[in-house]
Amino acid sequence: MTGAGRHVLEVEGITKTFPGVVANRSVSFDLAEGEIHCLLGENGAGKTTLMNIVFGLYRPDEGTVRVRGEEVSFSSSADAIAAGIGMVHQHFQLVPTLTVLENVVLGAETVRHGVLELASARRTLADLSDRYGLPVDPDALVGDLSVGIRQRVELLKALYRDADILILDEPTAVLTPGEVDEFLSTVRELVGMGKSIVFITHKLREVSQVADRITVLRNGEVVGRTTPAETSEEELAAMMVGRQVSFTVDVGTSDPGEVVLEVSGLVVDDNRGHAAVRDCSFAVRAGEIFGIAGVEGNGQRELVEALAGMRPVVAGDVRLRGRSLLGLDPRRIAELGVGHIPEDRTRHGLIGAFSVADNLVLNRYHRPPFARGLVRRRSEVTAHAEELVATFDIRTPGVDVPAAQLSGGNQQKVVVARELSRPLEVLLVAQPTRGLDVGSIEFIHRRLVEIRDRGTAVVLVSAELDEVLALADTVGVLYRGRIVASMPAAEADRHRVGLLMATGSEAA
Amino acid sequence: MTAPSLRRRFVAVDRVRALGAIYVVFGLVLLMRVAPALPDDPERFLFGTGPDALAWTFRPSTTTVVIASALVTFGALALVRSGRLVSGGLVLGGVLAVVMLLVASLALSPNKSTNLVPLFIQSLRLGSPIALGALAGMWSERSGVVNIGIEGMMLAGAGIGFVAYALLNGGAGGLPLYVAVLVAVAAGGLFAALHSLMSVTLGTDQIVSGVAVNLLAIGLTSFLRSQVLVPLNADSATTLPELSIPGLSSLPIIGDLFSAKPIFFLTFVAFGASAFVLTRTRWGLRVRSVGENPHAAETLGVDVMRVRYQAVILGGCIAGLAGAQFSLETVGSFDDLMTNGTGFIALAALIFGKWRPWPVLAGSMFFGFARALGVRIQLLNVEVAGFPLPSQFLQAVPYVVTMVVLAGAIGRAIPPAAIGRPYRRPG
Repeated sequence: MTGAGRHVLEVEGITKTFPGVVANRSVSFDLAEGEIHCLLGENGAGKTTLMNIVFGLYRPDEGTVRVRGEEVSFSSSADAIAAGIGMVHQHFQLVPTLTVLENVVLGAETVRHGVLELASARRTLADLSDRYGLPVDPDALVGDLSVGIRQRVELLKALYRDADILILDEPTAVLTPGEVDEFLSTVRELVGMGKSIVFITHKLREVSQVADRITVLRNGEVVGRTTPAETSEEELAAMMVGRQVSFTVDVGTSDPGEVVLEVSGLVVDDNRGHAAVRDCSFAVRAGEIFGIAGVEGNGQRELVEALAGMRPVVAGDVRLRGRSLLGLDPRRIAELGVGHIPEDRTRHGLIGAFSVADNLVLNRYHRPPFARGLVRRRSEVTAHAEELVATFDIRTPGVDVPAAQLSGGNQQKVVVARELSRPLEVLLVAQPTRGLDVGSIEFIHRRLVEIRDRGTAVVLVSAELDEVLALADTVGVLYRGRIVASMPAAEADRHRVGLLMATGSEAA
Repeated sequence: MTAPSLRRRFVAVDRVRALGAIYVVFGLVLLMRVAPALPDDPERFLFGTGPDALAWTFRPSTTTVVIASALVTFGALALVRSGRLVSGGLVLGGVLAVVMLLVASLALSPNKSTNLVPLFIQSLRLGSPIALGALAGMWSERSGVVNIGIEGMMLAGAGIGFVAYALLNGGAGGLPLYVAVLVAVAAGGLFAALHSLMSVTLGTDQIVSGVAVNLLAIGLTSFLRSQVLVPLNADSATTLPELSIPGLSSLPIIGDLFSAKPIFFLTFVAFGASAFVLTRTRWGLRVRSVGENPHAAETLGVDVMRVRYQAVILGGCIAGLAGAQFSLETVGSFDDLMTNGTGFIALAALIFGKWRPWPVLAGSMFFGFARALGVRIQLLNVEVAGFPLPSQFLQAVPYVVTMVVLAGAIGRAIPPAAIGRPYRRPG
């Protein structure tokens, strides 16, 4: 029903600036009744900003928003909700200590004599669950639910408020391939039942699967309007990035040597004291990228932190060339030749307030040539930094600026440069390209392949299945804290790995 | 035993084992040093007055041996095992340690018997202002605003309330007394409004803002005392009258509990009402959501700033009421720094109760008991090695208890997730 219905949402000439950044420049966009309109663009292209304006969370500097033909000026999301707009945010907006039912009614509570009246809300919720095929337990604490179910709660929140315009912001980012398919069919059902949907994403595969129309944003501006029938994934990618991109880095052939890193029967607790990694075993050979695929929250973080010495090991063993790493502190492990590119670069990878130069020696600042006895040698640090900035193409005004001022991609390059600029036996890499633009992704992927070819054993953990499949020589699937299967890259296809990620076994 | 499994035991049951070790050491000291030093003539704890009151007769030395053995057993158990049973043992050991303190006090005093009922009633009385202070903190902190200004809000209530009373009719009781209580409540609310203005609207660090409230209250009330109360010669005023709940107040043994002053009774009403409002009303749900994930609340159209203002100010009003309890209900005058750290103990009780109403009330009463016990030990003229225990030592007891409880006994309390973080509307 491409463009068939009347326009329920029209956005015209929206401009929004944040200090130093133009997030949206004169953007126009419309949504017809009963269609799925994909808003496509890279991270930072301004998709979320635009929809936050529609949802009343930001106020535009210029431009107008019309809902069902009437111009609106929302001062808060309460106004947007009242106008029939619902938004499912990329980072779920749920209160983990409240129940599903409490989360659903929050802000739209019914009361009798000042007391919450939950019985009727419970019935409404049950009806909605039935009608749209979104079963939930209304009394479960949201904090105990899986991300897939949490997303269901987010959808139900919007439906409970009678939203007929739904804005879905990167809804599939946290789902397994199987869950994604299920979710996309739910989305199509919702449209079938009269909803109109804005679908924000940067994943081309999904766009061609669900979109009726596509609008592409780049650097805050609309760079293209099209439909799946008129375009191809390559064309869309070029529009998104602004140049032709190669999707896959040429990984070449690997030539694995002997086993360098051996993990056996590893058990690691999460912050709440529950076992997050259970009886996990695998081995990584020199010159091999061991890619770990898995839905987020299956123990990836705890596994990597334990290998890097940041989290105590409860049971099992980690051996580097036969030598146990248990009980060693992170510095000692690093000195034995283990590099670590952590998943959260702002918390564990960098010290934002320190200069780029200091961040580049965080693992060696106390050693010659960067220090002589107790005294640091600034000139050596600066020279080292300037060299790395050049080789790793880190875009920075200077090596003395605080690392926090760099863009996400350049911050990540600082971390990568620091870890790769010394001889390594093992490199631990977690979510290396999260939130980065396509250009930086390519760069980092190439570096990972390079260091592999120099004989380092690389452990790559990523929530992006495509990333694992593109780079890994061996693919391991982490499910509930265990490597449930591991296979050569040639035998790992999306379907097989996706099934393992979702269920932990190959039997459907 | 391999290295990793050793490590697990150490990391996981750290606190329980440390507590176990303390119990063992404490028990051994009791067995070897204290028990031989105590007399073994029968002494009596009474529960009531008169010749036919309930009584427990015991021999101090023998009783000490029994309690000490229990402590050593529970402690040793905690060193080698973990689990629910062990935790239960540690709690029981804590109760026994308190009993031990009473037994030793009585044994070391010239008295042969002491009535425990007033001690428990006194605990509740002394716990009541702590409980109100903690409730004030609960409202503020559940909405995501750290409140270390409770002490200042209480002091403001006590001081400003009493000034109003002195100005209205010179402290002769009657209706002006109740008006003064309302002024005290309003004063607490006003100071809380100031705290909200600084920490919610202006985004000041909430600790700094709380300290500012405390300092301002100290300065302002002391100024008012010297400029208004001293010239009026306003001390020894009439306090709130005592109420007896018919029926309940004539019960045996615990009857005295139901003859008390109004704010004392209000404490329990306030907790009941707060528990209900927090869990069962729309506003309570919003307060909880705003304290945990303000962004989520905002996207659902909840006005985060407004809810925080309301919760902080409600807390301030409760703190003001606690202040009135000092000057208008209990003492009948106002002195500088009258609240004497109660607001800070209330914060400890709040954490002790993990930000939940009924456990917070229980925690507050525990601190009240510590205070009452200090007083009782003093009254018993306890002598150690021929010298009376210095009163300063006894006054320190509640604070020592605060530290021990916070450090050891409660484990990890998880505060509201958004606590201490100013909320900024996006865009």
